[in-house]
Amino acid sequence: MKGSKNRRVLPGFGLSLGFTLFYISLIVLIPLAGIFFKTFELTWAEFWSAVTNPRVLASYRISFSTALWAGLINAVFGLLVAWVLVRYRFPGKKIIDSLVDIPFALPTAVAGIALTTIYSKTGWIGSLLDPLGIKIAYTQAGITIALIFIGLPFVVRTVQPVLQDLDKETEDAAATLGSYRLRTFRKVILPALMPALLTGFALAFARGIGEYGSVVFISGNMPLKTEIAPLLIMTKLEQYDYAGATAIASVMLIISFILLLIINLLQWHMQRRAVSK
Amino acid sequence: MAGAITVFSKEDAKRPKHNTEQRGIQWLLIGIALLFIGLVVVLPLVSVFVEAFRKGAGMYFKALVEPDALSALKLTLIIALIAVPVNTVFGVAAAWAISKFSFKGKNFLITLIDLPFAVSPVIAGLVYILLFGAQGYLGPWLGEQGIQIVFAIPGIVLATIFVTVPFVARELIPLMQAQGVQEEEAAASLGARGWSIFWKVTLPNIKWGLLYGIILSNARAMGEFGAVSVVSGHIRGQTNTLPLHVEILYNEYQFSAAFAVASLLVMLAVLTLIVKAIVEWKSSSSH
Repeated sequence: MKGSKNRRVLPGFGLSLGFTLFYISLIVLIPLAGIFFKTFELTWAEFWSAVTNPRVLASYRISFSTALWAGLINAVFGLLVAWVLVRYRFPGKKIIDSLVDIPFALPTAVAGIALTTIYSKTGWIGSLLDPLGIKIAYTQAGITIALIFIGLPFVVRTVQPVLQDLDKETEDAAATLGSYRLRTFRKVILPALMPALLTGFALAFARGIGEYGSVVFISGNMPLKTEIAPLLIMTKLEQYDYAGATAIASVMLIISFILLLIINLLQWHMQRRAVSK
Repeated sequence: MAGAITVFSKEDAKRPKHNTEQRGIQWLLIGIALLFIGLVVVLPLVSVFVEAFRKGAGMYFKALVEPDALSALKLTLIIALIAVPVNTVFGVAAAWAISKFSFKGKNFLITLIDLPFAVSPVIAGLVYILLFGAQGYLGPWLGEQGIQIVFAIPGIVLATIFVTVPFVARELIPLMQAQGVQEEEAAASLGARGWSIFWKVTLPNIKWGLLYGIILSNARAMGEFGAVSVVSGHIRGQTNTLPLHVEILYNEYQFSAAFAVASLLVMLAVLTLIVKAIVEWKSSSSH
């Protein structure tokens, strides 16, 4: 259908594609290339020491582990929220469905100060946990909570449409054959949802690694303990250490590219499966 | 992704009884989901307003009409007024090229458009420091011409444009791909010219998706923190946007004022989601 003959019928191909490529190059590609040009100004030894300094390594580790935990928690609860929204009826369902998008629409700094206040020693939840000796604000647990907030819609909004389209006849067949509900879920439903769940997890994880606004307030920003990689870039910039900041940024960019590639492969895989149905 | 328009099926009611969870388990799962959403999403929203009014309504409104707050509001509006239209034009052009024609490397182009989603906002700011900063590639030359980009409004606009590049395009591409090219081809075969095909055939079909893309990128443009923070220089009354103003007040322990300004941004987010709900309702009733 969409053969090259469309190019003759519909106008504007050259103009729209040309403008798109020009704009993407000017706004995104050339500026991002600047990161790598700047990094190439360093010698290998300088680059290596900049990106493997203990404080830098600790910041990667903190960013990774908190984003991983937040992603896993969102995978479990995001799936549950999507399941409840698609399969059950209950009052206020439409409102809950809308609330899932709040983290997309709310400025990250606002989320940051609100969560910090709630989980600090005198806050609504922090004051309940403090007598038990549990500290959330200014620890890695606090960073994880901020990233759970940020990542939730990614999982729910990726799983929801797939769950909606899931062929219920297979489930019914499994049930007719005497399979228990939990077994049907494990053997029939979960495998079908897996690509969507993984995509949602990867999106939340990628976003979590780079997240800044919601985390800086609640993290406390202690080097080696609660200092995330984006904050370290910021600190280096404030000290006019542009080379150091850029070296860390280039490592993070490469990680983002790899994650984006994985996400696109997963989405491509999902689309192909949807088409083959 | 963000704009997945969901239509709930009514077939749940007709499904065989044996193949759904018992009522008790259903309510348990609903309860856990509600608790989770309440804890993660609702509690922070409520806390913003409680903290904002902690010192009374008088202090609340005083924090909003304070000159620094007003200039931050003004700057935030100016930035959104530049960044959103520019990215809307881009988004429509990109979606037109990608959805109406076939060409090599299309998937790669879509990935490139997604790139700003995957890049840390701090890096989005950093790239413009490297280009236009005093020690940057173009900074010294621009300085001689008396043009300042970073630590000034142009830098904030550029960083905001960077982070909001994908929104309109990402909303329109799947929508226009699903609609195909038949209507446009029919119009073209009847002799319609390029722009009139777009205005009379395409635009009416995509208007709701377009509107949603615009308000989503507007929310992000007004709320962006990390990228803007890197390039702003935090000059009070000059290069402070609303989110940066919130940060400054918070770091100065003026918590009530910080949350008062933050409450404006919460209202913006809620308004965005209300428009989204209207758009979904309109687009599902027009089918």
